Order: sequence, then structure tokens, then C-alpha cells
Amino acid sequence: MSGQAVNASLSRAFFALVRRDILLAFRRRTELLFPVIFLMVVVSLFPLGIGPGPQLLARIAPGVIWIAALLATVISLDALFRSDFEDGTLEQFVISGHPLTLIALAKILSHWLVAGLPIVLLSPLLALWMNLPGESLGVMILTLAIGTPILSLIGSIGVGLTISLKRGGQLLSLLVFPLYVPILIIATAAVMAASDSLPYTQFLGLLTAGLITSVTLAPFAAAAALKISLS
Amino acid sequence: MLSASQIVFERYFEPVFEPVNFDLKSGELLLVTGANGCGKTTLIRVLAGILHPTSGQLDLKAAGMAYVGHYLGIKDDLSVVENLRFMRDFLGTSGTSCEQLISQVGLTRVAEQQARTLSAGQRKRCALARLLVSEAQLWLLDEPYSNLDQEGVELVDILLNRHLDAGGACVLATHGAHRPQWAGTTDYHLVSGAAA
Amino acid sequence: MNVETAKTNKPRKNAFVMFIHKMGSPPWFYNFTGKFIPWFWAIFIVLTVWGLYLGLVKAPADYLQGESFRILYIHVPAAWMSLLIYISMAIMAFIALVWRIRIVEILAMTSAPIGAAFTIVTLAAGSLWGRPTWGTYWVWDARLTSELVLLFIYLGIIGLYNAIDEPRKAARAACLLALVGAVNLPIIHYSVKWWNTLHQGSSISLMGGSSIDTSMLWPLLIMAVATKFYYGANLLTRARVKLLEQDIRKAWVREVLKEKNG
Repeated sequence: MSGQAVNASLSRAFFALVRRDILLAFRRRTELLFPVIFLMVVVSLFPLGIGPGPQLLARIAPGVIWIAALLATVISLDALFRSDFEDGTLEQFVISGHPLTLIALAKILSHWLVAGLPIVLLSPLLALWMNLPGESLGVMILTLAIGTPILSLIGSIGVGLTISLKRGGQLLSLLVFPLYVPILIIATAAVMAASDSLPYTQFLGLLTAGLITSVTLAPFAAAAALKISLS
Repeated sequence: MLSASQIVFERYFEPVFEPVNFDLKSGELLLVTGANGCGKTTLIRVLAGILHPTSGQLDLKAAGMAYVGHYLGIKDDLSVVENLRFMRDFLGTSGTSCEQLISQVGLTRVAEQQARTLSAGQRKRCALARLLVSEAQLWLLDEPYSNLDQEGVELVDILLNRHLDAGGACVLATHGAHRPQWAGTTDYHLVSGAAA
Repeated sequence: MNVETAKTNKPRKNAFVMFIHKMGSPPWFYNFTGKFIPWFWAIFIVLTVWGLYLGLVKAPADYLQGESFRILYIHVPAAWMSLLIYISMAIMAFIALVWRIRIVEILAMTSAPIGAAFTIVTLAAGSLWGRPTWGTYWVWDARLTSELVLLFIYLGIIGLYNAIDEPRKAARAACLLALVGAVNLPIIHYSVKWWNTLHQGSSISLMGGSSIDTSMLWPLLIMAVATKFYYGANLLTRARVKLLEQDIRKAWVREVLKEKNG
């Protein structure tokens, strides 16, 4: 096959996989809602636990929403490779001769579309609950839009490593939360800066740099992790 | 098409089987037999490139590989047609239509049903249809006869003969209740590493 | 399409790789390191006694922090080691993943608990020092926070290694995680440092401020060297035990055990 034909067949495989994963997710619509509901429940616990004082809530809003987003992502991560691992589809992917890195990237993309994007879309409601100042809402949504794909990307490495374990989920959170620290710090700093009417674009720049770096590196690590888990 | 020299795979620091050597050519069938636990599945997975051999050389010169293992790789939430269509798009093959392949393996009646509703034998047939979708030259079959009725066993043999006739090759692992009839068959009796 | 082929049979000329491969032979490694270990332990003990004597008895008290600064002789070398061991583990993890050498896998994996122990010592000494200095055992100081995250990463690696049954698969998975952590650690370190200045955290640091007198510096350097010998001795001792455990049914282990018993 010529180079062009190979590229065409790879991109066809990539989109076929994304399409299949989204179709599968919609065949299990209720499960699709769990992380979203979880996110809402966690955020609603904070006013209940801390008190409804609007000033205090506004102060902690960026941190609360972001931490809830981290938790919701980790909850949903297990679904990233679990079913393909357990029913043997992952083995079929390895045999196909398509690079596993590309397959991992396709699966991460579909994971973000079904688990990360709803978090971004839901954030205005969460911001309203947490009394987040109106002017920083846009920045909040932006940080989530740039940041949640990073969570899926880094998370995919952790899932790849723990997928062969029966109770991988518990270990998974220990593996990925430390790696999420920089994203949490930068994203919340951006929203807080916007709340205080300070410049915040440099933080968004850092997040974007993080996104580009993790798009380039994480799929390779995830593919290597999957290979190890299959052995 | 596929040659192995001194292939060893260790688990828990013990070789799973005695070093494996063979040279499989186009139109040949390698029939791997042996008792339960002698490492047939492991060997097939090594040949498939899923497991990395601890030592030894594997040389593969085939246009595509297809594999049917214990886990069939069929999505429960998709119908038979959807499963095959996905594999076709994913692999980028474009031969016979999926509907025709489904009728070849005798699943036309359940083609639109979700795979979760199928019996174990029907699922196996679906996996066999995927072999055909792949249009691969080399087949790796791990216990292809299990769960199949008499008609299904014959179906495997028919598909296998046609594949080998067309210049394909196949490594087939079985515990030996049924053996396919093919002139170019080499028997390979796998010996457990623990026996040494 | 070509299936990856095992590289173990090919002869190699590069001296470094030759050495690695020689180290890769379990009996050779076992006997070779056996000669060093007692010396490592001895040097470690002598240096520690000497360093602690100079640091805890001889060195004058700090004019700002008083006697409490002496915790520095434990805290700082431990902090250095917590990072140095991570770097050493990550390098070995890389070698283990690329060349699939079992002994390097073992060395990388036995480094993790030692590194985690040094991280815990760093955190404990840091918070003991915090009590007289900040008036509390824990402050979200940049260095302590980074060490805490480092500890979590170490625990993740140890947890993953122990969770997977097949030892070599477990080692490969944990080695990969160690490498991922190595890429992330600098980012975590700088983001935490920056986060700390952003939220106006405590600015008094164990190392900062007063210029260090040479009589205070010597014990620190001696302790830094002592901890390296401790790492070497502990690592090799653990790795040898692990090797015996894994090869329990191999002939060379039987010979070793026969020598020991008879």
C-alpha cells in the first residue's frame, strides 16, 4: 500500500472506532448519565456541608467544581477500556496491525465526547449553584473545555495499567490524582484570577500547552500500558 | 508465511511450553494439539503478537492476521451486522458484503439481533464471519470447534478448506476431539514446560 | 508486517550494554554484589555516626532558628534522596522496559519502597521542624507539598507492582508508571511552587535565609554521602533476596542455599 492509502485506511479505522464507541455509549444511555449525576451530587454537597453563605461559596467555587470534575472523570475512566478488554475486542485491535497508539487516541476522544463534554456543558448550572461571579463563568467553561481532555488523556494511562485487575478502580484513583495536580492548580488559578478581575490568559496558555503535550505523549504511554495489561 | 525458532514464553519464571519451532507456508495447516494447560492458548497469543516471547525469533510475512480466541471480541450491544460492519470499516476491507458472509455462517435469521441475545454457538459463528471479513492470509484459531453443533463443526472445516485452498495458512489449536481433514496438515504436539 | 522479535540472542559490542547484560545474569549479579554490600553498610554506619556527631553535637546553634535547625541534617539529605532515588528508579525503569532485563526490573522496583521511606522521613522531619518554626506541624509549604505528591506517586508505583500477580508483568507496568511519573514530576514541582507563591504561603524555608557556616555544612555533606551508601546497601540487599525468591527453583539458588546451610 502507498503512504497515502495507509493514511486513508488509518483515518477510516480511527473514525469507525469513534463512531462505534459513541453508538455503544448511547446503547447504554443510563450509564452515560452516572458521571453527570455524580458531578451534580458532589457539588451540591458543598453548600450543605459548608453553609450556603454566597461569599464563601463564590470563593471556593472554582476549586469545588474542578475537584468534582476530577472525581467524575475518574469514576467514568474505567469504562474507557474495560469492556473492550474483557470481551476480547482489544486483542482484535492488536492483531489488526493498526498502531495501538491511534486506537488509544480514538478511544480517548470518544471517552471525552461522552464523559468530558457533558461536564463542560453542565458547568454553568454548577457555577450558578456555587454562586460563581458571572464574569468568571466564561473562564470556568474554557478551563473545563481545555482541561477535561487532559484528564481523559492522562487517565487513559492509568486505566491501561489497571485494566487487568478486578478491582482496578480503587488503585486507579491513587495512580491518576497525583498526576492531575498541575491541571487542578492552573485551572483554578485561572478562574480565581478572572473572579478577581486579574489577567488570566497566561493560565489558559499553560493549560493549552498541557493539552498539546498530553495529546502527543499520553496515547503512546496508554498503548504501552495496554500491551502490558494484555500480557 | 510464519516461522518460529526457539520460541519460549515464561510465566512465573517457568517456561510455559518447550521451545517451539516450525515453518508454516502458504496452503498449510499447523495443528497444535496437547493436553489442557500445555500452553496452546499462550502459544497462539504469542504468535498473534499479543504476548512478547521471552526468547526466540518470530518471522511473519503475511498480508494480515486474524484470530479467534476464547474471548471472541464481539460487542454485546451491537447486532451481528453492526459488529461485522464495524470490523470491515475498521480493517478497511471491501470484499463480499456482510449480509452474504452472515448467510454463509448461517446467522441470517438473527442478523439484526443484539449479540447479547445469541447463544454461545451463534456467537462463535459470528466470530467466524469476522475471520472472513478480515480477508487475512493467516488465521490463528484457538479451539474453533468448541460450543459448536455438528453443523457448525462442519462449517469451520468448509471455511478452513476454502481458506487454505486459496493460498491462506492457519495455526489451529485444539485439544483433539475433532481434527480437520486437509492434505497439508502438520501435527505439532505441544509439550508443557513443566514436564521438563 | 513484522512481529517484534526478541533481542536477547543478538550479540552486542557496546561496553555499557555488555555490562548491563553481564549484570543480567542472576548468579553473577548475586555473587558480584555480595562482595560490596557489607562494605556499603559499614561505610554508611561510620559516616552516619560521624555526620550526626558533627551535626548534633559539634555544630553551633543557628542564630535564627536555634537548636531546631539540626533537623536539617536528617530532613535535607532525606529530601535529596527521595528525588535522587526517583531519578535512579526512572532510569532503571527505562532500561528495564527497553531491554527487558529482569534484574534491572527488580532494582527499579526495590528502589520504590526505599524512596518512599525517604519521602516519609522528609515529611516527618519537615513537620517536626515546622512545630517550633511555624507553630504547627503542617503547613502547605511548597517543598512539603511537593514531597507529599511524590509520596503518593511512590505509593501508586508500589501499589501497582503488588496488585498484579505475574511478577514480570507487574514490574513492567510499574516501570511504565514510574516513567510517566518522571515526566510529570518537574511539572508538579513547578506548579506546586508557583501555587504556593500565588496563595502567599510561608516563606521561611529550612534551607533559606541564613548563610551556612562551614562547620554546619560539613555534617550535611557527610550525611548526604552516607544516605547514598544506605540506598546502595539496602537496594542490593533487597534485590538479592528478591532474586533468590524468584529463582527459588533454579539450580544456582539451590547451590547458594547449600553453601549457606552446609
